[in-house]
Amino acid sequence: MSTQVMPRPSGMPVAPVSRMLLASLKARAQFYRHSPLFLVFSMLLPLMFYALFGTVFAPKSGAADFFAYLLGSYGAYAVSSIMVFNIGIGVATARAQKIDVLQRATPLPGWVAIASEIFTAMAVAVVSLIPLFIFGAAYGHVQLSAARWLLLLVSLVLGALPVLGLGLAIGYGASANNAPALANLIYLPMSFLSGLFIPLTIMPDWIQKIGVLFPTYHYGQLAWNSVGQGKEDPLWAILWLIVWAAVLFGIAARFYRRDQMRKFA
Amino acid sequence: MTVAELRGVTKRFGPVEALKGIDLDIAEGELLALLGPNGAGKTTAIGMMLGLRRPSTGTVKLFGLDPADRRARSRCGVMLQESGVNQALSVSELVNLFRAYYPNPMSADRAIALAGLEPEAKKPVTKLSGGQKQRLYYALAVAGDPEVIFLDEPTVGMDVESRRTFLDSIKNFAADGRTIVLTTHYLDEADELARRIVVVDRGLIVADGTPDFIKSKVAGRRVTFDSDRALTEADFEGLPRQRLEISGQRAKLLTDQPEDVLRALFQRGMGIKNLSVMGADLEEAFLALTAHDKADAGASRSVEPDSSPLEEVNR
Repeated sequence: MSTQVMPRPSGMPVAPVSRMLLASLKARAQFYRHSPLFLVFSMLLPLMFYALFGTVFAPKSGAADFFAYLLGSYGAYAVSSIMVFNIGIGVATARAQKIDVLQRATPLPGWVAIASEIFTAMAVAVVSLIPLFIFGAAYGHVQLSAARWLLLLVSLVLGALPVLGLGLAIGYGASANNAPALANLIYLPMSFLSGLFIPLTIMPDWIQKIGVLFPTYHYGQLAWNSVGQGKEDPLWAILWLIVWAAVLFGIAARFYRRDQMRKFA
Repeated sequence: MTVAELRGVTKRFGPVEALKGIDLDIAEGELLALLGPNGAGKTTAIGMMLGLRRPSTGTVKLFGLDPADRRARSRCGVMLQESGVNQALSVSELVNLFRAYYPNPMSADRAIALAGLEPEAKKPVTKLSGGQKQRLYYALAVAGDPEVIFLDEPTVGMDVESRRTFLDSIKNFAADGRTIVLTTHYLDEADELARRIVVVDRGLIVADGTPDFIKSKVAGRRVTFDSDRALTEADFEGLPRQRLEISGQRAKLLTDQPEDVLRALFQRGMGIKNLSVMGADLEEAFLALTAHDKADAGASRSVEPDSSPLEEVNR
């Protein structure tokens, strides 16, 4: 055997980030392929709520409008629960299993791992919206122009940025044991008070006043606006969402740095 | 070329001083074992070289770069004691994921073969045994075809059989000029695998050299015998010996001059049976270098010599 020193391998000094990102996304997809229950859960629960609530409470006249409104509500519910639960619990579990420690010792930049997590959550969000849309159109007779369908989809995915920030904050701030409880404790009352489960119009006045404070209220308004039933100027909704996104991403960044300091200082 | 360089490195975790001033150069192609008892600072030292931990004072360089530099990390493979992977993924999926992190990876098949995991390639991590998991981490460490691999307690959780094949695999991997840095508290592992042993104890390097050199750091001969009466420390007063263990009538000591010791004992009128005089092995060298406790629990007592090899090396 040769004992001479190996020369530095020729070629690139580091792997291209695009290759790392693609491989990370592929690994996320493989995870969902091996654990399809996670995906089924994200898809089935909102669809079930939509079907039940729509069927029970749809008025005799204007049922299609009611189903369109609920499409905004349960679409927002579906996407934000993916952001809060899949990301929050996913990140907290990865930290508990010390996946990040081994990753940190590799040349993978930390942001690539986070970005692949976020892109995957967005893809899962789109996938979970499809059956909801199909059900709304087929069973609820929701009729929207192609532009409005698209607007609804884009509003639901991009409007979820604040709840994505919330998911990351829970993921980096809470332990794997506490993350599920914490996610439920914050997210469920917030969604309820924002009218994502039951339309705000049938709730007491004071709840509507409180609801305005939460990001999910403006997220809902953005979604309802895209089906032509919003009560808030979409520009205001977007502004609220941007402010909330900044706050929640700021909190997530603080928790992230605290976690990094504990492990890698 | 220097792979890793530590200069005056200290590390403090709150009140605990894990490293108290480490200087270490690791050259390309070295097979180096960091040997020491639990809590000696081995893992902290490895963490420094990998940029996982920042030194409190001092400097650490990896390939002449900051250890956190991606160009440096792209040339390293790592097996850590406490770390994880996504449990739902299979062996080959994980190997392929890690290959993508490195600029010039080896084929997935080769990495899996080096770890001896071909039959398990399609299995998810959750279905692997403890030893197989360790070998998976080894496959991930070599997947990037690194010039140097850092292995922190690599054989923990392995049975004798898989430990043997695993050590052979590391030897083969090292054979074409790669650098291996491993930590272990298994002395035979260090003796078998390493050409250089750095003994770490309580945050300091207490010895650094070839396995033979480490052995020579303590007295070369181990003398064991049974006496005709119960022994005390006083029976060995003034003799040229280093480590002494007395257990009832049985004595075990290390010395450079076994003849002188035995002559003196005979002159003192001690009856001696079952005498054996042997070369000290690495275990004894290690114990002598890291001995802390003046009195061990139980019947056997260890007595520190006046000039311990520990001080000798620290100078």
